[in-house]
Amino acid sequence: MTTPYTERPLAPVTVDAATEHFWTQAKEGLLCTRRCTSCGEVHWYPRALCPFCMGDTEWCSLSGLGTIYSVSVTRRAGPIAYAIAYVALDEGITLLTNIVDCDFDDLKIGQRVEVTFKPAEGGAMVPMFKPA
Amino acid sequence: MTIKRKACIAGAYEHPTRKAPDKTVAQLHAECARGALADAGLTLQDVDGYFCAGDAPGLGANNMADYLGLTKLRHIDTTDTGGSAYLIHVSHAAQAIAAGKCDVALVTLAGRPRSEGSSGVAPRLVTANTPDVPWEMPYSPVIVNMYALAAARHMHEYGTTSEQLAWIKVAAAAHAQHNPNAMLREPVTVEEVLASPMISDPLHKLDCCVVSDGGGALVVVRPEIAARLKRPVVNILGAGETIKGQLGGHVDLTWSGAAISGPIAFKEAGVSPADIQYASIYDSFTITVLMQLEDLGFCKKGEGGRFVADGNLISGVGTLPFNTDGGGLCNNHPANRGGITKVIEAVRQLRGEAHPKVQVPDCTLALAQGTGGLLGSRHGSATLIMERQ
Repeated sequence: MTTPYTERPLAPVTVDAATEHFWTQAKEGLLCTRRCTSCGEVHWYPRALCPFCMGDTEWCSLSGLGTIYSVSVTRRAGPIAYAIAYVALDEGITLLTNIVDCDFDDLKIGQRVEVTFKPAEGGAMVPMFKPA
Repeated sequence: MTIKRKACIAGAYEHPTRKAPDKTVAQLHAECARGALADAGLTLQDVDGYFCAGDAPGLGANNMADYLGLTKLRHIDTTDTGGSAYLIHVSHAAQAIAAGKCDVALVTLAGRPRSEGSSGVAPRLVTANTPDVPWEMPYSPVIVNMYALAAARHMHEYGTTSEQLAWIKVAAAAHAQHNPNAMLREPVTVEEVLASPMISDPLHKLDCCVVSDGGGALVVVRPEIAARLKRPVVNILGAGETIKGQLGGHVDLTWSGAAISGPIAFKEAGVSPADIQYASIYDSFTITVLMQLEDLGFCKKGEGGRFVADGNLISGVGTLPFNTDGGGLCNNHPANRGGITKVIEAVRQLRGEAHPKVQVPDCTLALAQGTGGLLGSRHGSATLIMERQ
């Protein structure tokens, strides 16, 4: 059995004080998050205050490389099947995402993946992951 | 301060409807309130504390309290942790009673997701400014896949199988056949669960709870009041609650909030999992049950699959009778929030009023456990331990 990846429409992203820089970077093909200027820890999703110590934070770049922590192919929530996943980045944070550009039936937890970007309505580029 | 034996559940009522196209949500709340107060032998005029959550239409409790005609209120609580909120309401009601803030607390839940066409494959409801939304909505998290991710990880870590998860549905269905109000009354087999359509890997259609209209209500009172009512007295022994999220990106799907709320409740009650004779375990999906059973300590972490297999959750067959009303998987999941029906069936068991085919003999100690929100991202957990006096 195969379940090939199919492009699906992505709604416009939310652009606000918390996300604007992230989407600007994503258009350049860059994945980033925020790091605490007090304790030095990176966290996900990006926040103005560190969720570990409440210190101030600043943007930092990410490699875009990681492994699949968990994955589920959602087959009956709409006309197009999609793979929702948590990917554990090499920097030690795990984010919710989609896996794309592959046969979903071959996906496995522990598999290496790398970031790629898919266009949303309105022109934003949304980071997703594909097998490395 | 402890709430141990400081308050009693005197009234419990589950609305018999599972589809209510001709009733409003407010009317269902009121019918549930009337049912629970009648069950307790109390009236509207006795209520001085009111508890409701996000299913109650209006601003917090304001609109429903006015609609119901609650004019004696001196304590209000609108804690909302999704489907687990109503277990927290019972705990908070006990705290308020112990602190002298109210004497008769009413908890109501009602909704019409079946008539309104809302289910687990629709995008989850979110409010403007919810901080995680911009980072997650592009990936289409829906209710079912945010539980499926936890199931997939559990299978990877511990070798849990779809057959083992299916046994949870089989046990719920075995109980539901005796409940005339249950939405699904046909017994099912493990094979039938596995043959049902795959919704979001590894969860099949029959791993998912029903979508039903309806509701329920509870009345929590001071022990002195319970003593003069005609119903069997159900004491609250202990309670725990927490919220578990993504831990700043250190996501760990192997445990649920029950790992925190459970030990708190057991410590307050002064009992252990082995003492529990009946357990209502929130069953939004089969995986929800399995993880909560492990986290509450009914079995070791990772052994939930073996624990639930071969009918171990079936009353009269296994070691831990669970959800003898048929649970959310077969009986009822009103407002897409199953917490109140978990407490109601535990009260039926402690009163000896469950269906004779599923009644646990001489049931004196019961637990109810709720997980509300999304197991795979952020959820509220609540544990409640009760005894028959």
